[in-house]
Amino acid sequence: MQTEEMMINMGPQHPSTHGVLRMILRTDGEVVSEATPNIGYLHRGLEKIGEKLNYHQFMPYTDRIDYLAAMNCNMAYAMAVEKLAAIEVPERAQYIRVIMAEFNRIASHLVFFGTSGLEAGAWTPIVYGFRERETILDLFEMTCGARLTYNYMRIGGVSADLPDGFIRKAEEFLDYFEPKVKEYNNLLTYNRIFINRMVNIGVMRPELAIAYGVTGPNLRGSGVKWDLRKNESYSVYDKFEFEVPVGTGELGTVGDAWNRYRVRMLEIEQSVKIIRQALKQIPQGEVKAKVGRVFKPPAGEVYVRAENPRGELGFYIISDGSANPYRLRIRAPSFNNISVASEIVRNTMIADMVLILGSLDVVLPEIDR
Amino acid sequence: MLKEYIDAIKGFAERNLPVINVPVELWYIAWIFIFGGAILGGALLFAGLGAYVERRVAGFLQSRLGPNRVGPQGLLQFMADGIKLVLKEDLIPDAADKLLFRAAPYVLFIGTLGVFAALPFAQNIGITNINIGLLYIMAISSFVVIAIIMAGWASANKWSLYGGMRSAAQIISYEIPIGISFLLVIMITGTMNMHQIIEGQAGGLHRWFVFRYPPFTMIAFLVYYVAAMAEVNRTPFDIPEAESELVGGFHTEYSGMRFAMFYMAEYANMFAVSAIGTILFLGGWQSPLPFNILVPLGTDFISSNQFFIQMLIWLEGFGWFLSKVLWLVFLMMWLRWTLPRYRVDQLMAVCWKVLLPVAFFNMLAVGLWLLL
Repeated sequence: MQTEEMMINMGPQHPSTHGVLRMILRTDGEVVSEATPNIGYLHRGLEKIGEKLNYHQFMPYTDRIDYLAAMNCNMAYAMAVEKLAAIEVPERAQYIRVIMAEFNRIASHLVFFGTSGLEAGAWTPIVYGFRERETILDLFEMTCGARLTYNYMRIGGVSADLPDGFIRKAEEFLDYFEPKVKEYNNLLTYNRIFINRMVNIGVMRPELAIAYGVTGPNLRGSGVKWDLRKNESYSVYDKFEFEVPVGTGELGTVGDAWNRYRVRMLEIEQSVKIIRQALKQIPQGEVKAKVGRVFKPPAGEVYVRAENPRGELGFYIISDGSANPYRLRIRAPSFNNISVASEIVRNTMIADMVLILGSLDVVLPEIDR
Repeated sequence: MLKEYIDAIKGFAERNLPVINVPVELWYIAWIFIFGGAILGGALLFAGLGAYVERRVAGFLQSRLGPNRVGPQGLLQFMADGIKLVLKEDLIPDAADKLLFRAAPYVLFIGTLGVFAALPFAQNIGITNINIGLLYIMAISSFVVIAIIMAGWASANKWSLYGGMRSAAQIISYEIPIGISFLLVIMITGTMNMHQIIEGQAGGLHRWFVFRYPPFTMIAFLVYYVAAMAEVNRTPFDIPEAESELVGGFHTEYSGMRFAMFYMAEYANMFAVSAIGTILFLGGWQSPLPFNILVPLGTDFISSNQFFIQMLIWLEGFGWFLSKVLWLVFLMMWLRWTLPRYRVDQLMAVCWKVLLPVAFFNMLAVGLWLLL
């Protein structure tokens, strides 16, 4: 019998492409023989904009790199400029940054948890994930007035000190939240159908992950213990005790979609641990170093990277001594993570492909910038 | 049953309105329309209310409210949705096969509403009483899969095509375990007549077929229920319309009232398969109590109020029937908002490797039990 392969467009308007990703699929029945990501629908030229603005002015744009983890992006950019200009950040500001970054990591992973459920056909997890994320956003709103694009951090610190009662509310939330993770695991992680769907699909060997520059939970899902917060400790992360969860093949093979998912769920628990320690240890003091409004770092170049919920976000900044960066380049983790997709979805079924793409947890504005 | 109604009404009319002398054929035609309307109205009312209840149940399970604005507790939400959908622009894609595209929802409705014609809702309440009711239901419900393939093919959309092909494979596969579960009941009762099947389960909870030959009939009921969920494309078997994979599956290109027909057919189907499960295994309109709840009224009262008592009996039967059916429907909703979806090959494996062998073994076991 003669059969033909079918070319089919998935996206840019498709429920599971997380925004405006377009996948061009070559399918043989239900089996995807080739998947090519086609990106660029969300390109806004952030890097070029960065050259035309001064260092302070670029901060709100970093919110838009990864809208689910704007605090982490703020922090990475601030750290890059601080290194360029050799600015000492007050310790209290460092602690606040870590608290915010870890809260945002939890919020981002909660969205991942929900969308994983959605892609597997379960509608309820996303509501549970968003319910808890809501409280985190309330905490952010309390601190900086915004719920999605915070623009909270500044070169040399943060824009404002923690408001009264923040620490109490944060601790209350953590007490409420920690048992909820178990509920999530009962509902989705260890659901028989979910396991059958997620296990042994989209296996990414560690060598493949490293070759493609995959970072973050995706790399750790493949069993590589690499976390910048530990391996290249920045800010005050060296003062906290926490584990780096890696894919262990608890179910299925190391590097499959389920292990990538599991690593994120375990990371939520570790972030809770970090925040608890930070809330206890946070010192009194200034929250912002003195940085002039007209701010000209010395000529030179710097590359700084930070561990974002999706992997390593890097800022490569060249300064020519003027108030604007000469070149500002963003290394976005999702770009590398989506690159590996066509490699690991080959010869899987359409239904699996959706789950594999979801397990990579890409965010489109970060890919297109 | 239909014939008795017609004869009764005709006799009543001839006795009381002697001027009217209508040929009997006209009576039949009139009654076809009246009963057709009753099925349509009843099924659609349930579909609308079912959609509302599903949204409220979903809200309850997801710690949110669900629709609660239109009417008391949002009860009229389905009316608002219906009006909105009727007023929508009726879009047919340019590349679509126009005739098939338009016809698909109607074919679907034949399959869905045809089942209702053979369902007994209470003692002597039902549209027809045919002696091969079960076979008829099996046959007429197959229209659904034809309609879905039609919709998937005619849309000229690749995602719809996937949905159509998936549902063809799925529904045809799952009809086999359903058929074997039917056979089990036919073996026990020796009839395909729905009323006689229910009569065979009279006398309380322990007489229901689900508890009759433990554990085999219980397993058969579970097999039926799981397969029925797959028949009506409910999570975890909703792969023909898997929105995260196939956008909307076979109804991706449908909008307006045509979409609403697919939507309503889903709920009507849910009711239909739950009703069949109730009739075959849960005693239909039989009370779970081993005694008659009308006994306390006293024999004098019962014998002197024949008409009133008959009404009460019907009402009681209908109440039991409805509560059992709605419980099964609620269970489907509960599962939908809890479980993820199977992959298409896993779905087939569940059918051919689990349900089918189990169903066969059951049939064998009950057959032996009946022989010994």
